Amino acid sequence: MNKAKSLVSITDFDVEEYLKILELAAKFEANSYRNVLNGRVIASLFFEPSTRTRLSFESAINRLGGRVIGFSDIETTSSTKGETLHDTIKIISNYCDLIVMRHPLEGAAKFASEVANVPIINAGDGANQHPTQTLLDMYSITKTQGTLSNLSIALIGDLKYGRTVHSLIMAMKHFNPTFHLVAPPELALPNEYKTILKENNIPFYEHTDMSSVLNEVDIVYMTRVQKERFSDLMEYEKTKNTYILRNEMLAHTKANMKILHPLPRVNEIQQDVDENPKAYYFEQARNGVFTRQAIISYLLQLNV
Amino acid sequence: MGNIQGKQMVVSAIQNGTVIDHIPSKNLFKVISILKLENIDTQITFGLNLESKKLGSKAIIKIADKFFMQDEINKIAILAPEAKLSIIKDYQIVEKKVLTCPDQVQGITRCFNPKCVTNHQNITPKFTVIEKSPNVSLRCEYCEKITDFEHFKFI
Repeated sequence: MNKAKSLVSITDFDVEEYLKILELAAKFEANSYRNVLNGRVIASLFFEPSTRTRLSFESAINRLGGRVIGFSDIETTSSTKGETLHDTIKIISNYCDLIVMRHPLEGAAKFASEVANVPIINAGDGANQHPTQTLLDMYSITKTQGTLSNLSIALIGDLKYGRTVHSLIMAMKHFNPTFHLVAPPELALPNEYKTILKENNIPFYEHTDMSSVLNEVDIVYMTRVQKERFSDLMEYEKTKNTYILRNEMLAHTKANMKILHPLPRVNEIQQDVDENPKAYYFEQARNGVFTRQAIISYLLQLNV
Repeated sequence: MGNIQGKQMVVSAIQNGTVIDHIPSKNLFKVISILKLENIDTQITFGLNLESKKLGSKAIIKIADKFFMQDEINKIAILAPEAKLSIIKDYQIVEKKVLTCPDQVQGITRCFNPKCVTNHQNITPKFTVIEKSPNVSLRCEYCEKITDFEHFKFI
């Protein structure tokens, strides 16, 4: 029996598959309520809490006419009795057609995909991967720009630990982007990703100040600079206000420019930006439901 | 006595078997453990902290009446990439083998990432070798983090 195809890491899909997902997501946006799951059962296993991601998935499943089983709190599971992840996944995969899982340990979803005989969708494994976020980012980019190709993208904030940034680079490298990397030196993009950019002949420019970049780019991808990431708190105090986006900074940006953020935001995008038509992060979250409908349909090979 | 004539042997010669030379001194016992030499009942002799122009300090192991399969021996390539293997028959070197670092490594070292699932559950760590020389570095198949040569923790 062929192993069911899972989505654990953004690199599990190739370019053709990215485009297929985006095409399906557009179909679901046009008509979101389609009973293609027809009562099939999807397990939603959240070993650590994440309200938005979980509800986005559960909304996607419900719109597809599926049923959800699962948990959103590890305290209610047998893991607290010492059951191994192997056994939990092995058993639950007998009860459902697909598993959506979030787990605090990195690599947990990959391991689950080896154990389960149904597809696994990784809804976040620690600081490692969150591929459905990347696909919804790509859907948001293509929807607002009309294309994924030849775009100029500013990645701003925590580029060292930000998994969404790393995955977005891995996915977008196929579409000839230009990256502007804006981060404090302590949170600069790790060398392994710079090497990947160089190997793929993708131009990238490093900055510590976002003001010089904003007017040049098509996409501003903001992330949160977290205090706990700094070993030197003096450094944090010095830089914390450098990575805050304010409405007045958008006056001379390109007409097509859109601001994305994986959310939750704290103060890195000031609330006065929300009313600006260039703010796209709430619609981006809405796009997440359509993208997840697309991913579930694709992995289960449903006729849409 | 062929290739060894005229040299003073620090570790005595074997009649038949395998000689593994140019092992970095600090990794000798790890090599012994990976090759499971503790389970072999033929004569094994080794020298440690021997002078080496290339490595500074090297170790050598001579195992009587034991011949390794290539994939078995390749396991030590991540520890001793410069190691040379000689097959000895009747005190003569009949074959020299070069180690080839494997593309995948399984069950030899732990993942460096404390948050990796393999460090919390009973899972055999698996890696893709992403750099083979001068020092080996490994990407975890599970958490995708890189463990470099200095952070190997052998199982």
